[in-house]
Amino acid sequence: MTTATTTNRKVNYKQGSAAGRWIRHHLVLILGLLVLVYTFVPIFVVVLMSFNDPTSRLIYRFDGFTLHNWLNPCEAEGMCGALSTSVQIGLLATLGSTILGTLIAFALVRHDFVGRSSMNLLIFLPMASPEIVMGSSLLALFVAAGRGGQLGFWTILIAHIMFCISFVVVTVRARLAGLDDNLEQAAMDLYATPQQTFWRVTFPLVFPGILGAALLSFSLSFDDFIITNLNAGNTTTFPMFVWGVAQRGVPMQVNVVGTVMFLVSVLIVVGGEVNSRRRSAKLV
Amino acid sequence: MSETVRKRGSTGYLLLIPGVLWLGLFFVVPLYSLVATSLFDPSGSDTTGYTMTYHWANYSHVISDYWQPLLRSLWYGALATFFCLVLGYVLAYAIAFKAGRWKNLMLVLVIAPFFTSFLVRTLSWKLLLADDGFIVNTLQFVHILGADGRLLATPVAVIAGLTYNFLPFMVLPLYASIDKIDPRLIEASSDLYANPFVGFFKVTWPLSLPGVVSGTLLTFIPAVGDYINAELLGSPNQRMIGSVIQSLFTNANNYPAAAALSVILMALIVVMVLFYVRRAGTEDLL
Repeated sequence: MTTATTTNRKVNYKQGSAAGRWIRHHLVLILGLLVLVYTFVPIFVVVLMSFNDPTSRLIYRFDGFTLHNWLNPCEAEGMCGALSTSVQIGLLATLGSTILGTLIAFALVRHDFVGRSSMNLLIFLPMASPEIVMGSSLLALFVAAGRGGQLGFWTILIAHIMFCISFVVVTVRARLAGLDDNLEQAAMDLYATPQQTFWRVTFPLVFPGILGAALLSFSLSFDDFIITNLNAGNTTTFPMFVWGVAQRGVPMQVNVVGTVMFLVSVLIVVGGEVNSRRRSAKLV
Repeated sequence: MSETVRKRGSTGYLLLIPGVLWLGLFFVVPLYSLVATSLFDPSGSDTTGYTMTYHWANYSHVISDYWQPLLRSLWYGALATFFCLVLGYVLAYAIAFKAGRWKNLMLVLVIAPFFTSFLVRTLSWKLLLADDGFIVNTLQFVHILGADGRLLATPVAVIAGLTYNFLPFMVLPLYASIDKIDPRLIEASSDLYANPFVGFFKVTWPLSLPGVVSGTLLTFIPAVGDYINAELLGSPNQRMIGSVIQSLFTNANNYPAAAALSVILMALIVVMVLFYVRRAGTEDLL
């Protein structure tokens, strides 16, 4: 097989200079890397603008270098309050959706019940509905229930838990379905009780999936705008703050938050990758 | 791996109850309230209350008032999905087949930019596409844009923004599908004298179809409902349906009209998705 490919490649690339051949051989990879570079262009702008020393609040361009924005993040009026609201909602929504979603994932993979296909549909639909529809239907419900005047922190939290559950179920279910249940059987064979098997074997093996689901929930909740904006009342989250200042003039501190979010998520993902490599190295 | 034995009994139901209650109460029931609200008499208001009069005229009113942003949203969503598919396919293919040991790193890099706030990212596109910015100046220099041509406040900026923001929703399912393809099949096609193009369209593309279908759906649905890109990068001429619904609810306080428009949007999407999935022959995805 390998020889066949090599000869074939030789036939295909016989013509042309060495450089042309190299480019043709790596064309897909080069194009792919270009797309990747494109995804980073706005991030570069965000990082750059976080060091910007603007001359006017209304003109959004790079005027000069300063550390001021990084040293005084809360100077942007209302931003730190919005950030803290977003973090609180994010943490609570993560906790709620991770618990509810993980329970569902265990039921789906490990238990038999009536109505499996409608259950799958119930999990799938929230991920396939446009946010504007989910947001407006929740608002319609809150108003119909006479809670139209009490929109705020708790209605946002309810909404966030709702749209995060499905993503948790899908993530944890994938991890659970890929689990080798010989390990659990071995534990049982060694006289572990079902509880011991669960907490000593199953749960640690599923935990990376649960952690991943929690991180995903937090970032979904932290970043949501459309559903939140409909159900927020007078409460302001970070994305809503950015939306508001986008019309009036953007304080550069917004870019500081953007940069920090980027760095933290890269650290978490890289850390997770390194950790799992170290673990698999240990096992070998 | 041995086949997992699913346990019978009540534990399964107990695990399901809390989550199902939440989704039922805050996802299914609201859809019902949405439909109900869309049939309320438009003479009421959210302070005095609405009366249910099965006022179907709400639907014909919003269609005649807002068919333009509705069609525009579907059109922009479709275009953005197409561009995402082209860009995403190249990237996913490169990661799956050409990245070698850099595979995981590239996957991380695909997702990383999208952890930065959606709105902050879109604002930086606003800066990049600005009238005196580098991109516009370059395009003017090579005469792709006229001397007073601009990108901001045009459909180009809105569609570019949508394409950018929903790219990972395309790349990840595509990657999952392409990565499963056995490269020996592609080699076999070239051994049988298929040129790379024939090999791609007869082997790789059909095998990646599940990823193409789920990727296009995951991009199209949120892109149609999105209004952040249209509002930040476009002008009122690029207004999308999400923005109309939002302002009918919060500024005009016209709940029945807003709800009717939401129901129409949802129905259109459901019909299009079902039709599309039938055509693509991948019903097991749902």
